[in-house]
Amino acid sequence: MTTRPGTTTREPRTTRHHWWGRQPIGSLFALPYLVFVLAIFAYPLGFAVWIAFHDYFFTAPGVEVPKPFVGLDNFVTVLQDPQVLESFRNIGVFLVINVPLTVVLSMVLANALNAGIRWAAAYRVAFYVPYLTASVSLVGVWLLLFSSGGLVNAVLGPLAPDPSWLVSSSLAMPTIALYVTWKQLGFYILLYLAALQNVPRELHESAETDGANAWQRFLNVTVPGVRSTTVLVLVLAIITGANLFTEPYLLTNGGGPDGASVTPVLLIYQRGIQQQNPDTAAAIGMLLVIVVGVLSLAANRINRER
Amino acid sequence: MKHPRIAPAAALLTAVALTAACSGGGGGTGGENASGTGPITVWLSNNEQEVAWGKAVVEAWNAEHPDEEVTAQEIPAGSSSEEAITAAITAGTAPCLVYNISSAAVPGWVRQGGLVNLSQIEDGASYIEDRVGDGAQTYLTDDGYYQLPWKSNPVMVMYNKTVFEKAGLDPENPDMATYDDFLAGARQIVDSGAADSAIWPSPTNEFFQPWFDFYPLYLAESGGTPLVEDGKATFDDENGKAVADFWATVYSDGLAPKEASTDDAMSAGTTAMQLAGPWAIASYADSVDVGFMPVPTSDGEADPVTFADSKNVSMFTACENQGTAWEFLKFSTSEENDGALLEATGQMPLRTDLGTTYADYFADNPAYEVFADQRTGDVPSIPNSVEAWQAFRDAYSSAVIFGTTGVDEFLSGAAQTIDGLVQE
Repeated sequence: MTTRPGTTTREPRTTRHHWWGRQPIGSLFALPYLVFVLAIFAYPLGFAVWIAFHDYFFTAPGVEVPKPFVGLDNFVTVLQDPQVLESFRNIGVFLVINVPLTVVLSMVLANALNAGIRWAAAYRVAFYVPYLTASVSLVGVWLLLFSSGGLVNAVLGPLAPDPSWLVSSSLAMPTIALYVTWKQLGFYILLYLAALQNVPRELHESAETDGANAWQRFLNVTVPGVRSTTVLVLVLAIITGANLFTEPYLLTNGGGPDGASVTPVLLIYQRGIQQQNPDTAAAIGMLLVIVVGVLSLAANRINRER
Repeated sequence: MKHPRIAPAAALLTAVALTAACSGGGGGTGGENASGTGPITVWLSNNEQEVAWGKAVVEAWNAEHPDEEVTAQEIPAGSSSEEAITAAITAGTAPCLVYNISSAAVPGWVRQGGLVNLSQIEDGASYIEDRVGDGAQTYLTDDGYYQLPWKSNPVMVMYNKTVFEKAGLDPENPDMATYDDFLAGARQIVDSGAADSAIWPSPTNEFFQPWFDFYPLYLAESGGTPLVEDGKATFDDENGKAVADFWATVYSDGLAPKEASTDDAMSAGTTAMQLAGPWAIASYADSVDVGFMPVPTSDGEADPVTFADSKNVSMFTACENQGTAWEFLKFSTSEENDGALLEATGQMPLRTDLGTTYADYFADNPAYEVFADQRTGDVPSIPNSVEAWQAFRDAYSSAVIFGTTGVDEFLSGAAQTIDGLVQE
C-alpha cells in the first residue's frame, strides 16, 4: 500500500475504552457523587445485609467479640415475632388508605389548579405549606385537633368516636394515613402539574369536538396522558409510606394504642438503637426492602402492561 | 430516573449500618489508660441547674489542677441521653465521665465494652460502698461497679392542693394511702368536676414509662422487690397483681386519660395528681400549690419504698486519662459538692445519712425533707435491660391501659418473656 504525496496518515479509530471513559473531566465531576453513593448508600446497605446474617452487636472500638454467622436465624426470629407481623399489617392498612388517596387527590387537585380556577395561587400555597413544614410542628397541631378534647371532637359532639381517634385501635392508623396524605399532597400535586403541561392541548380540543364532556376528557385524555407520573407517584407513595416513622413515634406516642400503629421502621429504631440488637433490626430492614421492592415493581408493571 | 427499587434500602438501613461502620479502628481499653493523667471531658445533662452546678465544680477543679483541665459540656442532642451515649461508645468518641447515667442502660454498655469497671480502681469499690452503704449492691453489674450512684429523685404522688380543696378533699391530709382510699379520692375529684382527670401518668410506650406508674407502686407493695431478682421476674405474684389491678381500675373508671397530654396537665389544671420527684417543687413553685404524699399501697403502708429514679456517673473506656477522671469523680461527689448539688437542684445525693449531713439545708427547705426520708429501690441491673422493660411496657399497655388483654395474662406473659431475656 502506498501513500499519496501530500496526504497524512491517520491512526485507525480505536474502540478501546479507558476506565475513566471518553471524557475524563466528566468522570472527575461525577466522582464526588460516586464516592457519596458508595460511602452513604452502597457500603451501609451491604454491611446491613451482612449484619442481618450474623449475631451482631455494636461494640466500642478495639473491643473484639465473636460475631458468628447465624444463617437465617435473625429472619426466623423476626418472622415469629407477633409485633413484627403486626407492624407489616399496620403498614398494609396505611398503604391501602394512603396510596389511592394520594394518587386520586393529587391528580384531581392538580387538574383543577391547571384549569385556572379562581384563587389558584392561594390554593397552591395551602397545598404546599404542609409539605414544606416540619412534621414535628404539624404533629403538634394534629394532636390538638384529634385529641379527646380536641377541636374535631368538639365539632362532632355526640358523633365523636370513643375511644378517640389517636387512642382507638381501629382509627389510629387511618388517622395517620390521612395526616400523611394531607402533608405530602403538595409534592405530588407539583409532580402532576408538571406532567399536565406535557398533555397536548390538541387532544383535549379534538375530544371536545367529538362531544366528550369534561369528565370524559379527564378520564380519557388527562389520566392516560400523565400515566408515567402516576407510576412515579405510586412508587414514591409506597416507599414513603413503608418507611413511616415520625408520625407513629410522635402522633400516637410510639406506635400506640397497644401497638396498633407500630411500623417496621419504628421497630428497627427500637431494636437496633434503643435495645442494641442491630442484627434483628437489620433483618426487619431486609424484609421491608423486599416488601417495598415487590410493591414498587408491581406499581411499575402497571405502566408497562397498559 | 434513579432506581426506586433500591432506594428504600438505603433509607432504612443507613442509620443502623452507619453507626456500625464507624466502629472500626483502634482505641484504648480501660486497662491501658487506668492511671493516665491530663485533660478530660465530661458530659452533663441538659438540666439548667445541673449545668450550673457542673460548671462551678469544674471551675473549682481547674483552678487547682492546671495540668489536668476538665472541660464540661451538655450531652449532645438526641432523642435520649442513652442513644447519644450508645452512638458515642460505638464511634469511640465518648467522654471520660457522663453525669446522667440510667442504671437500665448500664448492662448494654458493659456488653459493648464501653464502661470502665470502677471496682478495678484501687479505692473504687470502697469509695462507692462507703458513700452509698448497703444500697450500693443494687448498682453492681457482673459483680463490678460500672457506675457510681450519684443522685436520686424519689418518686411520690404530687397533688394540686387547690384542686383537692375544690373536690372536698383535705389538702393537708388527703388520707389516700390505701388503694381503696386513693380510688375513692380520685373518683371524688372527677365526679366533682374539680379536674378532668384525677391522675395523668404518661400512657406512652417508651421503655422507661413503667418507672413512673407501675414500678414505684410495685416497689411499695412488695417492700422493695426489684422487677427481676436472681435472674427471675418477680412481679407475677399477688403484689404485681394488686398494682396492675389498681392501675387497670384507674384507667377503666376514667380516672386517668389514655392519651398523652398536649400540655403540662398539672399547670393546666386538667389533672389533680402526678407521680414526681423533688425536681417538681421548684418547677411548680410559681404555678401550682403542690403537696406530696407517699405512693399508695393496698394496706396503706406509712413508709413505703418507692422508685429512686437515680442518675449516676460512669467512666468510659475511650477515656485516655482515667487517673484524672477518677480523681475528678471523687472531687465532684465529695460531701461539699454533693451539698452544692442538693442546694442547686433539690435532687438527693445518693449517700448515707443524707438528712444529718445536710441538716441545715433540710431545716431551711422543709418541703424537700420528705423526699430525703423516702426508702428507695432502683431498676435492677440485668442483661437485655431495655428490651425487658420494653416488653413489660408493651404488655402493660395492652392489659392495663387499653384493657385488650387480661391482667393475669399480662403478668404471666411478661414474666415469661423477661425470664427468657435475662437468661440470654
